[in-house]
Amino acid sequence: MFAAFWLLPIARLTLVGASGPNGIANYALVLTHPSYFRSLVSTLALSAGVTLATLIVSGIAGLFLSRNRFPGRAFLTAMLTFPLAFPGVVVGFMVILLAGRQGVIGQVAQWLTGENLVFAYSMAGLFLGYLYFSIPRVILTVMAAAEKLDPKLEEAARSLGASPWRVVIDVLIPGLKPALISAGAICFATAMGAFGTAFTLATRINVLPITIYTEFTNYANFSVAAALSIVLGVLTWLVLNLARTFAGSTVAAAA
Amino acid sequence: MSRGARFWAQLAFTLLVCAFLIVPAVMSVLAGITENFFVGLKSGLTLRWIGEVWELYAHTIYLSLGIALACLAATLVLGVPAAYVLARSQNRWTRAFEELLVLPVAVPGLATALALILLYGQMREFRASWTFILVGHVLFTLPFMVRSVVAVMAAIDLKTLEDAAASLGATFRQRFFNVVLPNARPGIIAGSLMVVTLSMGEFNITWMLHTPLTQTLPVGLADSYASMRLEIGSAYTVIFFFMIVPLLVILQWASERVVR
Repeated sequence: MFAAFWLLPIARLTLVGASGPNGIANYALVLTHPSYFRSLVSTLALSAGVTLATLIVSGIAGLFLSRNRFPGRAFLTAMLTFPLAFPGVVVGFMVILLAGRQGVIGQVAQWLTGENLVFAYSMAGLFLGYLYFSIPRVILTVMAAAEKLDPKLEEAARSLGASPWRVVIDVLIPGLKPALISAGAICFATAMGAFGTAFTLATRINVLPITIYTEFTNYANFSVAAALSIVLGVLTWLVLNLARTFAGSTVAAAA
Repeated sequence: MSRGARFWAQLAFTLLVCAFLIVPAVMSVLAGITENFFVGLKSGLTLRWIGEVWELYAHTIYLSLGIALACLAATLVLGVPAAYVLARSQNRWTRAFEELLVLPVAVPGLATALALILLYGQMREFRASWTFILVGHVLFTLPFMVRSVVAVMAAIDLKTLEDAAASLGATFRQRFFNVVLPNARPGIIAGSLMVVTLSMGEFNITWMLHTPLTQTLPVGLADSYASMRLEIGSAYTVIFFFMIVPLLVILQWASERVVR
């Protein structure tokens, strides 16, 4: 079953990728053709940026939630993990509501400066959207890992006179490293392949999934679309695998 | 621990993150039930948009539910035995198989969808029916079911239990249905909830595989965002929330029980 519905189609995809007028050279096209190369670079840069920002934001919030007990903590955690199952399209819509023509950010900006601020339909909006669906996943991972980390280590460091910063750098980050690497890898991989969010925001944003989609539907350029998606697939898989060799197993668990 | 400035700063930060995630969701709920979003709440509350969405898109909701259930059935039939084999025998082949199984999750859905279309797109009947989408969903959700069940099966000593049952004369069939399945139940339940939730929200694969006659809920959502007024898109999102949030709550509750 699995072979028929996934292995065979993917094999066929690989073949189609090499079947165009350029043959195997199609795969090199990603690197040589300026517009494909640009979309590859911007996809990589965007994914890396989102990963970094998500790790920092969720690292702070996740650690805070797992190290402190206060009323409303469970509720806050539930709220933070609630968008976990939103599909990309819904996330895109959320970004429109935040930063679109009638969005909250625009209205606040209008109230503050008298000018409307609209950036939902650009790279910044996409960044916001990817952040939106990455944060809940990473917070969950960070919290789970922080629960397992012994608070005594931090106390020991503190009692030996380490400053809060030193505790973070020498105790917390090394302790959470495997979790951070694997969560970061999943975050990166999801951002690479995310299609729904970009699709809702604008089909003009030049990221690889959108490029593949337009090549396929608008130009019926099957071979290039196939080659590009193989490249995208191999890249994502590579990142996940690299992370796994660095952080042990458990990686691909929650993409 | 004393709650100094650092505690409050961190709390404020966390609340800000929370607001970032929740404010738009609340806004879409509000927009879905206000008469005119551009005028604001003072234009009055209404259920008109919800009703209109129901008229326009009810079929997508039924289709999504149907596919989610069919997908659940398929992942149960395929996934639970697969998990059993993976849990019982750990060798090079099963590990390689496990790797392969996770690939559709690691590789972007777009690639999987393109691959399916290129190979099976010519078979018109199959291409035009909802089972085409089902195949994509099963590929994507199967790993989650398998992993969830394997995790539970690995935690219990399946071999001893089965040997005990076998020594009392139980056949393989009896052992599988009366010993293995009941013991793996928490994993099966958690996996099932996961599969249904994922299938309901799947877009990346579905968008490529759908036809105008086989629109699922997220596909309908994308359509309404692109071509309908904001209130309708919002009302549609509200309906989606009502379907997915209970699932999420149960899922979290169930996974907490598995951990204990």
